[in-house]
Amino acid sequence: MWDWIKIVVLGVVALAAAVAANFARDLAYQVHALIVMAVAAGLFIWSVRRAGEPKSAPETGYMDGVVRYGVIATTFWGLAGFLVGTFIAFQLAFPALNFEFLQGFGNFGRLRPLHTSAVIFAFGGNALIATSFYIVQRTSAARLWGGNLAWFVFWGYNLFIVLAATGYLMGATQSKEYAEPEWYVDLWLTIVWVAYLLVFLGTIIKRKEPHIYVANWFFLSFIVTIAMLHIVNNLVVPVSIFGSRSVQVMSGVQDAMTQWWYGHNAVGFFLTAGFLGMMYYFVPKQAERPVYSYKLSIIHFWALIFLYIWAGPHHLHYTALPDWASTLGMVFSIVLWMPSWGGMINGLMTLSGAWDKLRTDPIIRMMVISIGFYGMSTFEGPMMSIRAVNALSHYTDWTIGHVHSGALGWNGMITFGALYFLTPRLWGRASLYSLRMVSWHFWLATIGIVLYAASMWVTGIMEGLMWREVDANGFLVNSFADTVAAKFPMYVLRGTGGILYLTGALIMAYNLWMTAFSKRVPAAAAVAAAE
Amino acid sequence: MNYHIFREIADSWVLLAMFVFFVGAILFAFRPGSRTVHNEAASVLFRHEDAPAPDTNVDLEART
Repeated sequence: MWDWIKIVVLGVVALAAAVAANFARDLAYQVHALIVMAVAAGLFIWSVRRAGEPKSAPETGYMDGVVRYGVIATTFWGLAGFLVGTFIAFQLAFPALNFEFLQGFGNFGRLRPLHTSAVIFAFGGNALIATSFYIVQRTSAARLWGGNLAWFVFWGYNLFIVLAATGYLMGATQSKEYAEPEWYVDLWLTIVWVAYLLVFLGTIIKRKEPHIYVANWFFLSFIVTIAMLHIVNNLVVPVSIFGSRSVQVMSGVQDAMTQWWYGHNAVGFFLTAGFLGMMYYFVPKQAERPVYSYKLSIIHFWALIFLYIWAGPHHLHYTALPDWASTLGMVFSIVLWMPSWGGMINGLMTLSGAWDKLRTDPIIRMMVISIGFYGMSTFEGPMMSIRAVNALSHYTDWTIGHVHSGALGWNGMITFGALYFLTPRLWGRASLYSLRMVSWHFWLATIGIVLYAASMWVTGIMEGLMWREVDANGFLVNSFADTVAAKFPMYVLRGTGGILYLTGALIMAYNLWMTAFSKRVPAAAAVAAAE
Repeated sequence: MNYHIFREIADSWVLLAMFVFFVGAILFAFRPGSRTVHNEAASVLFRHEDAPAPDTNVDLEART
């Protein structure tokens, strides 16, 4: 019965998408309708060909196929996101790279949201979905709930990414930072996200272990909070059901506050809580010892989710937002420093008694430096949220440097560590193809981040000081163009850091590919496996 | 329901309720006897690496 309903639904969707493509009011909507039509028609044919075939017996082991696909998608989107990021870094240094023939598609303004969404939602999101599916099964001792629903989550989420990314290039954006996709893409993500919540929660409910391991608490808070943030920040009224434009329900300072309530908690729950879930599983596993203090991890969890949600207003110092609100945001940001460092200490101290592994195991080294960057950026963030510091740092490149030390250092490195952990296990290999390549990746990425963060500190503080410099008569000394000219060397250095980081990721992709798909095992790895 | 009523509730009872819950959650983590529970929970990730725990209900049904 379900087979036939599925065929009907897919056929109707393909037809409706064809109609929508015909009546489309703008290019982005038309292309998206064609993509949806192609996907629905393809699935329709696939379902028709398989309809009525005898069902194979339900599998009982862990559902790892979807995690394998997630590992591949994470690696692919990571490379794409880092490549675009490096390119737009050089576009800022050398404006000639905004090629004339790409105007309206490949200039900085169109590529920038492509970069941010590719690294946060495509690379980070696929990493979170894959690792959460892997971890929730192992810590619940149960197969994923919902059968093929997990596959729907994976493919549905990646369709969302394709629609979002192609939309940016063609100008379909609602101009909300990190929430750029237009209304129909938002609706699709809502459906996928509810399915994700069902799979995750269903697996926890049918768990065979009495306790819900702390990593799952972090993943669950990430899934629930992102659903709430996504819906509230994307309350819009479409101009036409055949067009990609929409009008925000809220306006003015309410809209700004909603946007940064969303924006900061996307950092707090997507890039922090979710990745802490990874940390609380992969670091103890790789170190082969339980987490340093389970009590501290519980306190870390409750403190983080109770405090993070209030920190958003620090993005709106010196705006129309009431003073009390931005003071509230600032105070909570500073209080947040403590649980963040509690979590960092918990992660680092998990290695106590096994510090020698830092010397011998480049994967643990990668995880440890990611926790180090977590600690660094969770100190830098509260400091920058103080109103007096923010007066200097806001609107400068310091902010971009801060974001990247968190994103490249914390999110990137812990994800690389997780990918190196998962690949041999998921494809049934004794070890990685090459540990030396992991070391190369580690150093290239670390030096890349240091170049990036250091150059952004210098250019950010310089920019802030130049903007506020006045002469004896109270006139501003520098024009905006003066600061742009002064930043040039630091921009080149930042781009160089990006090249190093991208090179490291390419080495990782080769290493993971050879681990998963090559028959040949190099001598060093074979010896290590035999020991 | 207008903004002021929401505001009144938010910065009195809701604030108190959230604070009490937060402090309660932390105190609960330190309750007597929590150490064994936590040690047990912290080691869960070393138990089921390759396969789910056997489904005891299915086993019982299979035997009867």
